[in-house]
Amino acid sequence: MQLLIQSIVTGILLGGLYAIIGVGMSIIFGIMGLTNIAHGNLMILSSFLIMVFSTQFVDSIIIALLITMVCMVILGFLFQKFLVNAVIDKGDEPALLVTFGLSIIIQNVLDLIFGADARSIASDFAQVNVVSTKYFSISGAYLANFIVAILVIAALTLIIRGTYLGRAIRSASDNTKAAELMGVNTKLYYAITMAIAMLTACIAGLLVGNTFVFYPYSGTQYLIIAFGVVVIGGMGSIVGTMLGGLILGLGQLLGAYFFGTGAQILSGYIIMLVLLTIRPAGLLSNAKRK
Amino acid sequence: MTDEVILRIEDVDVSYGDFRAIHDVTMDIRRGSITSLIGANGAGKSTLLDAVMGINKPQKGKIIFNGEDITGMRTSMIVRKGITMAPEGSMIFEGMSVKENLLMGAYIPEKRKKKEELIERVFTLFPVLKEKEKQLASFLSGGQRQMLAIARAIMSDPKMIICDEISLGLAPVIIGDIFERVHEINGSGVTFLIVDQEVHRSLENSNYSYVMVKGGVVMSGASAELPEDEVKDAFFGINKYA
Repeated sequence: MQLLIQSIVTGILLGGLYAIIGVGMSIIFGIMGLTNIAHGNLMILSSFLIMVFSTQFVDSIIIALLITMVCMVILGFLFQKFLVNAVIDKGDEPALLVTFGLSIIIQNVLDLIFGADARSIASDFAQVNVVSTKYFSISGAYLANFIVAILVIAALTLIIRGTYLGRAIRSASDNTKAAELMGVNTKLYYAITMAIAMLTACIAGLLVGNTFVFYPYSGTQYLIIAFGVVVIGGMGSIVGTMLGGLILGLGQLLGAYFFGTGAQILSGYIIMLVLLTIRPAGLLSNAKRK
Repeated sequence: MTDEVILRIEDVDVSYGDFRAIHDVTMDIRRGSITSLIGANGAGKSTLLDAVMGINKPQKGKIIFNGEDITGMRTSMIVRKGITMAPEGSMIFEGMSVKENLLMGAYIPEKRKKKEELIERVFTLFPVLKEKEKQLASFLSGGQRQMLAIARAIMSDPKMIICDEISLGLAPVIIGDIFERVHEINGSGVTFLIVDQEVHRSLENSNYSYVMVKGGVVMSGASAELPEDEVKDAFFGINKYA
């Protein structure tokens, strides 16, 4: 009984982390119809940058995060403006290949510079149990993951729903020609969307680095999680991302509880398959239909 | 209406690959007029209008709006000069409420300050949009969609509005209603360039008309003076236009 409750609690909290890993990929897909294969690697790149800044240059992890955010926003903006925008009108595949190429470059550059050793940006706070009851306990890292995920997703929802920036982004995804006719420079907004997705990747990079160890090649593993989250929740739906994260997190932990830890990853994807059979577009999809 | 030209299209060619969609098109749209563009499907009307709005780029020729050369400019820049379009098939933002669609119309930063005033004006012109203000635009009927597309165009407080296929798929009574609104907006000084499928209605509702056949202009003049039978021949591609 204790173990079941612990599994449910951990599953929900882990779901928060999964949601924030997936949310950047979800908005990019929803708004420009682009599957960003490099999303996981960009997140791990952020983890490495935060590690370098926080150990070499500044004392505070938060300041390291802010510096990394600036770097990644610039990188994301330039990547979109000069590489992806150049091919995005030519169909889905060329843009997908550009992101695939970027993911390989990131992995290899990280491997070249840092080697294949495991790294982490764990703070002291991460390993401490901040909540401890008779039935379950919660570590600092997991609690932080969940709270930050909720805050980021709420903030993104508010921006997308209620501001001129958000409306411009939504109009560009709704009908590109009409958005241009309203005076929206859609390509510029694609780059801004990529920059926003980079911000979420930085935050996810910090949380992942604070919770688990990471390697130069960890990106792929997190890309698959992001895929799972986005596919379950519905491509392009921010709230759906949260839901997708929770379902995947809970599915994994409950699978581990009932069928043993070996079944943890598998059970998450079995749930994904079942949900896809029932709702092929995901639970709350509003993605661009082509 | 004056004799002053607000939009000058000069010797414009647009090709898609090897296919020359329009050739040597020259038009003068007078400030404050309602001008009709008449032609069958495939005559090149939409291609021409898209070229004016910068959606496709002319290979030859010049487009001058309000004294400024806008040839080859980005659409989002052209809109800032004071010309906008209610595109074919309305192209409203389906995932947004009616109000949000209107706000997108006033997206250009200089116009945002005037948005309350503009929304009031739009709601007076189209009261039905006020009733549906909070509804998702995808629930609107065909006529309401077309009204929203025109209302959204007005939200940018433009000097000129282009309406592509203004009556496509609408009931006659709704079409009459929409043209009434067009005349009302035109009364406040906004120039219109309109494409409609019906020759008689096009001539009746405009000051000037241009007739296109196979990518070129074959006839133009004051709508009241153009021979309707000959315009129809051109539209259907019969007799001397075969």
